[in-house]
Amino acid sequence: MWQFFHKLGSPKWFFGISARFMPWLLAGGILLLMAGVVWGLAFAPKDYLQGNSYRIIFIHVPTAFMAQSVYIMMASAAVVTLVWRMKLADVFVKAVAPVGLVLTFLALFTGAVWGKPTWGTWWIWDARLTSMLILLFLYGGVIALDRAINDEKSAARAVAVLVLVGVVNIPIIKYSVDWWNTLHQPATFKLTEKPSMPAEMWVPLLLSVLGLYLIFGWLACVRMQTEILCREQRTRWVKEFVMKGRV
Amino acid sequence: MNAEARPTVRFASSNVGALAAMKGVFARDMKVAFRQRQDLLNPLLFFIMVVSLFPLGVSPEVSFLREAGAGILWVAALLSVLLSLDHLFRHDFDDGTLEQLVLQPQPLFLLVLAKTTAHWMLTGLPLVILTPVLGVMVHLDGNSIAVLCLTLLIGTPVLSLIGAIGAALTLGLRSAGVLLSLLIIPLYIPVLIFGTGTVAAAGDGAAVGAYLALMGAFLMLALTLAPFAAAAALKISLSNG
Repeated sequence: MWQFFHKLGSPKWFFGISARFMPWLLAGGILLLMAGVVWGLAFAPKDYLQGNSYRIIFIHVPTAFMAQSVYIMMASAAVVTLVWRMKLADVFVKAVAPVGLVLTFLALFTGAVWGKPTWGTWWIWDARLTSMLILLFLYGGVIALDRAINDEKSAARAVAVLVLVGVVNIPIIKYSVDWWNTLHQPATFKLTEKPSMPAEMWVPLLLSVLGLYLIFGWLACVRMQTEILCREQRTRWVKEFVMKGRV
Repeated sequence: MNAEARPTVRFASSNVGALAAMKGVFARDMKVAFRQRQDLLNPLLFFIMVVSLFPLGVSPEVSFLREAGAGILWVAALLSVLLSLDHLFRHDFDDGTLEQLVLQPQPLFLLVLAKTTAHWMLTGLPLVILTPVLGVMVHLDGNSIAVLCLTLLIGTPVLSLIGAIGAALTLGLRSAGVLLSLLIIPLYIPVLIFGTGTVAAAGDGAAVGAYLALMGAFLMLALTLAPFAAAAALKISLSNG
């Protein structure tokens, strides 16, 4: 167990092991995402109220879900950075922050596209939307702070502090709908309850969420590998990898 | 800046209690601030000017101002606290006082709390005192002004405390001011929402006890957690240089 823990801290070990399961992540992700999106867009039944326009849910919910999920992952990695000073944890935070930013933007964008036909407006200052916007700002702040500090180690730790302070926002996002009870519908999936929509709708949705998760995993690995190569460029194994193309 | 204006912290021996150390830091920050009076005045002038921009820029109609007044005052207060945050650690960082503080045997978060308290007394509290005058200028009624002052009284310490984290994180960086705003404004939004929400509720004649309790909860949360985060950030920033 402890050996595994120590290995996890080694960039070289991660580089090797991630290369092995990355193809599976990508293949599984594409498969699930395609299945979920095609099923959802083409075969799932129409909504009795919103007609076909609800189908953007198959993109909106996965991106919104991931946008929050990525931040929580970053916060967990930030704790690891601060407590154990594990190199890989801050590589992870640095690598996924831009991904989270893009996912949050996509969630807001698809939400706006969905809002136009259903609510009749692109944007509304609803609690849920506002807190997603704050999440977007937080991601922006994390990236900006990381870029502003030259020293790698202090950048990692400063970013970790900022991420942890920002994590206070995640429960506010999560429960804002219940607190303010405004225009946005409550969460689609809850762990404790059966989804309120028929299986033909929520199964493809679940598939696309899982698919996006796997794709995110792949993307995180790719970006972490790049980051590791940059950071470890003076070590021997990186030189060998660059010369031979394998670890 | 002459050395005369900036007395050093004097509690070098480790047998000074944490409370005495906090008092020392607080007293010193007050003393330093009152020797640089213009720095004290600037955020207040900024506050007044931002508030006066709205009637000029949007509309001087009484109905608009009455509706938006609380929000305008809150935003202006938020911005002037943000503006003053740069001073919180900057001078101490430049002349090395901050390093001495970090080296003290007393826990750093307590000293940060003392510094933040001094910062609030010097910026947040004067803003609250100034609010009734500006409230009358934007045609708020008496009850709303009272509630607004109360929300600012609870809210501005939260702004100072959260801001201390940002100020500590951006210490010694290029373009620290802009970066500070980028980091801190998202974290200010919940306080702003509840602050103005309370005044709006009071304007509608609703009971504001629950709102104030929530703001109090924000204050407690910030008071207990922010000094730790700011102290950690300070240590990181100091090891950076």
